[in-house]
Amino acid sequence: MLSAQSLAKIDRELAKYPADQFRSAIMGALRIALVERHETGNTPEERCLNADVIEFVANYVGIPPVAAYEVATFYNMYDMKPVGKYKLTVCTNLPCALQGGVNAAHYIGEKLGIGIGETTADGKFTLLEGECMGACGDAPVLLVNNHKMCSFMTREAIDKKLAELE
Amino acid sequence: MAVFVNGVIFEGVDTAAPDCWRLEAYMARGGYQALKKILDNKIPQEDVIAEVKNSGLRGRGGAGFPTGLKWSFMPRSFPGDKYVVCNTDEGEPGTFKDRDIIIYNPHALIEGMIIAGYAMGCKAGYNYIHGEIFEAYELFEEALDEARKAGLLGQNILGTDFSFDLFAHHGYGAYICGEETALLESLEGKKGQPRFKPPFPASFGLYGKPTTINNTESFASVPFIIRDGGQKFLEAGKPNNGGTKLFSISGHVNRPGNYEIPLGTPFATLLEMAGGMKDGKKLKAVIPGGSSAPVLPGEVMMELTMDYDSISKAGSMLGSGAVIVMNEDVCMVKALERLAYFYHEESCGQCTPCREGTGWLYKVIHRIANGEGRDGDLELLESVGNNMAGRTICALADAAVFPVRSFTKHFRNEFEHLIKHKKALVDHKWC
Repeated sequence: MLSAQSLAKIDRELAKYPADQFRSAIMGALRIALVERHETGNTPEERCLNADVIEFVANYVGIPPVAAYEVATFYNMYDMKPVGKYKLTVCTNLPCALQGGVNAAHYIGEKLGIGIGETTADGKFTLLEGECMGACGDAPVLLVNNHKMCSFMTREAIDKKLAELE
Repeated sequence: MAVFVNGVIFEGVDTAAPDCWRLEAYMARGGYQALKKILDNKIPQEDVIAEVKNSGLRGRGGAGFPTGLKWSFMPRSFPGDKYVVCNTDEGEPGTFKDRDIIIYNPHALIEGMIIAGYAMGCKAGYNYIHGEIFEAYELFEEALDEARKAGLLGQNILGTDFSFDLFAHHGYGAYICGEETALLESLEGKKGQPRFKPPFPASFGLYGKPTTINNTESFASVPFIIRDGGQKFLEAGKPNNGGTKLFSISGHVNRPGNYEIPLGTPFATLLEMAGGMKDGKKLKAVIPGGSSAPVLPGEVMMELTMDYDSISKAGSMLGSGAVIVMNEDVCMVKALERLAYFYHEESCGQCTPCREGTGWLYKVIHRIANGEGRDGDLELLESVGNNMAGRTICALADAAVFPVRSFTKHFRNEFEHLIKHKKALVDHKWC
């Protein structure tokens, strides 16, 4: 269900913890599984985690599937719902809002013709509002697919970024 | 991100140089000399802890607890594994200093953690990094590899009989994991729900073993303290408030960013360093220590110095050093609505007063902000808050209540006006 590369990455996570504490690796393992789904999925449904993937990862790490499911649903960056090829998360918490975060989110929504929480019809973009990303000085801040942080996202910077992601 | 430097962690760090974070650059700045000093001179563990105590270093994560004292709580004679854990789960709105430490000077943190491991007799450590700054996590793993290859981590560090290894662990979107026992649960691969205390982590921490958890900035201050002496660190700040501190300034200033300055620096000076108020607008309010700290009116802030004692006397807290600046155009009801939503979203759901209470706070503030407030809503907020604060396992409920209490206290007229006239006193736009 996961590539040999992803499994090797999970092995590296497992090696970080004492041998009897393999459960600690579940957060990294689920992230690795999600990244592979994101990169290889062709539809929004194929890009998120689901019960089968979670069960596979849990078995690989050696914990009950329900324990992995708990983790996947508790932490909000694990995509449990269908997601576009590019998931755009804009921070709209207070410090960012003071520096244009809310405007940035609305501008992206207008450009893509979707509201917050929605995915474009072609399955390309999903727009989300995020909570504090720990980068308020760079506001407006945008996360692309959880891991790529884009800073100082003025309208011009957003235009440029969206064009790049086409 | 711009970092404006004038302190112990960023001393000599050229943040514009792409390799400033590398081991070689850190060594050239005097890096790992503190560790060498300890190992070469076989400095006893208790002397290292005493030096940290002398420095007056107080926990930089928010609580301001003396770091040296915390280290002394670790059972020295415990026979099994002990752990040192760093909290880089920086998600308190307004706080963005630890990310810059990792991006620009990760070895200061690594060296600080190795020294902590030595002082407390730990064999291993973990740095828990906020999931949203994943690129910083990847960079930190690279820095760890550099240190391992140079013999600074792992078995027999620098040829001595001292061994210590350090690993990075990432969060994945849960503010609550910044609470130290939730962080431990998360590090164990579970939902990040705080543990009841006592027992404290020093006796029952990671995997049930004695554990000390410090903030990134606290650990990163340690190499300076050991290399140049606790006294020198103390003198860089003011009594009971040793050292320099990173302040993250956001909001309506010309140059948001991190400023490392001596504790005790006047707020007015800090504001000036950040380029002053944007567009020459008037300062209205400041949250001086992250979103959980009570808000203070601008004119009160202008009289204060930036240190634990001064801010606390004024009725707020220095917290993580996150300074959120708001100008005259901000509707304080709308500002509070953002924060209330955040705490509602981030409550872990474990304790009923917090899970339900944060929802009620948001719901009521939201309706006031939308001109649908009712008579008695302010009293309702107070009543809900009183049933939350101090009645839960961790401090998230308190953190949600502090802003509500302080906003409705200092800017009560704006709330009353909106409830009565269904229209805001300040015509607010999110710029």
